[in-house]
Amino acid sequence: MMRIRPAGETAALVEVDDLAQVTGLHTALRADPPAGVAEFVPAARTILVTYDPAVTSFDRLAAGIERTRIAPADEVSGSLVEIPVRYDGADLAAVADAAGLSQEEVVRRHQSADYRVAFCGFAPGFGYLTGLDPVLRLPRKETPRTRVPAGSVAIAGEFSAVYPTASPGGWHLLGHSELAMWDTDRDPPAALAPGDRVRFVER
Amino acid sequence: MIRIVRPGPLTTVQDLGRPGYLALGVGTSGAADRQSLRLANRLVGNAESAAGLEATFGGLSMVFLEPATIALTGAPVPAVLGGRPVSMNSPISVPSGAKLELGRPSEGMRTYLAVRGGLDVPEVLGSRSTDVLSGLGPPKVAAGDVFPFGSATVGPPNVDLAPVPRLPIEPVLRVVAGPRDDWFASLRPLLTGRYEVSPDSNRVGVRLRGSALERVRSGELPSEGMVTGSLQVPPDGQPVLFLADHPVTGGYPVAAVVCSADISLAAQLRPGQSVRFRLTTAH
Repeated sequence: MMRIRPAGETAALVEVDDLAQVTGLHTALRADPPAGVAEFVPAARTILVTYDPAVTSFDRLAAGIERTRIAPADEVSGSLVEIPVRYDGADLAAVADAAGLSQEEVVRRHQSADYRVAFCGFAPGFGYLTGLDPVLRLPRKETPRTRVPAGSVAIAGEFSAVYPTASPGGWHLLGHSELAMWDTDRDPPAALAPGDRVRFVER
Repeated sequence: MIRIVRPGPLTTVQDLGRPGYLALGVGTSGAADRQSLRLANRLVGNAESAAGLEATFGGLSMVFLEPATIALTGAPVPAVLGGRPVSMNSPISVPSGAKLELGRPSEGMRTYLAVRGGLDVPEVLGSRSTDVLSGLGPPKVAAGDVFPFGSATVGPPNVDLAPVPRLPIEPVLRVVAGPRDDWFASLRPLLTGRYEVSPDSNRVGVRLRGSALERVRSGELPSEGMVTGSLQVPPDGQPVLFLADHPVTGGYPVAAVVCSADISLAAQLRPGQSVRFRLTTAH
């Protein structure tokens, strides 16, 4: 079910039941956006849709979104991005202990999953990847690190991610990648965009 | 070209920001008080989107290395050019070698300086704005920085003075309820109380102290997209009003959103000042 509420006079917050519906709705809206739409911000349960109030109104926009058919998972397509990883993260042993697995098995499970970029946030180019093996799901660390190096491949909750730049962070570090996740001299600057499919490849 | 002598407490280069990258986690940024930057640019015959300087709480001084036409808008400051006072909201001709010094604003928080042609610093994702949250754009302005002028003109400066109302002593900002007003017992505390602006305010947000909004839902909100003007309410019930450099997503519920037309006013709130909110409807 879709619930649509105003977020000020220039945006609507569309709430759906789960992340899969967010991805399906985002795919459908991008393919055929209602008139006046400016930008989409997909998130865990919602898509914020910003619009130009000179072109459309909240009511017209909401009606257009309500008519949109949420694309089923098999219709959702996106580019495939392969991220090379060296599994040498500081938390690999702790994650293996918590999951009751060997480190090799953690690595095998992390890289054998098919991920999808659900949304970006936290920092430019930080993509939240869904598809993580349920056995590897752990809450964020009790005490976040003050500095996580750029390129760190990490997991927390139902997500995996690669830190685009050095920042504080509370995710569990499994390894690192040399692929630049964010480069403002590149177009697009982010290696990952919502909807993209991702595979981690050990190297 | 100008050379910065003293940047004051915080001066940044700002234009109208970098729209189009929200889905990648990059906020729009740009001038906190966009109306004032637009006006400054119009006064010198620039495109409204040209880059100028945003001086927070005055204190900025610079030397002009070539003749220029400038305008000052936003928070009114005593300004002295080559030893003589100059006015706000007017185009000013500056001879080469002159020094401009801004004092402390008598009201408001942010003063804008536009130079005819705009400031020519490299663009990042289509904008010259400093985003203090994401770190994109030029670093904050420092003593010794030199800024060349660009060519962002659209016509001659042909207005002598733009009449601008004084900033209200206690602004009343219009808000639209939601999107998460149902997380709170009532918006009454927000709409009937006065809030004091905390000194922890910056380009990311204005922290407010006043009647707490009481939450009726427990649990966490999964992070969701937020717009400029959002009044995000953490568990202590004290709202934070998001300005230009706010995060693209946030994890606390937004009780109400300040109307676009009042965001420039919100960007001029100074610590210790009080502010009130009035409900309006979006549609």
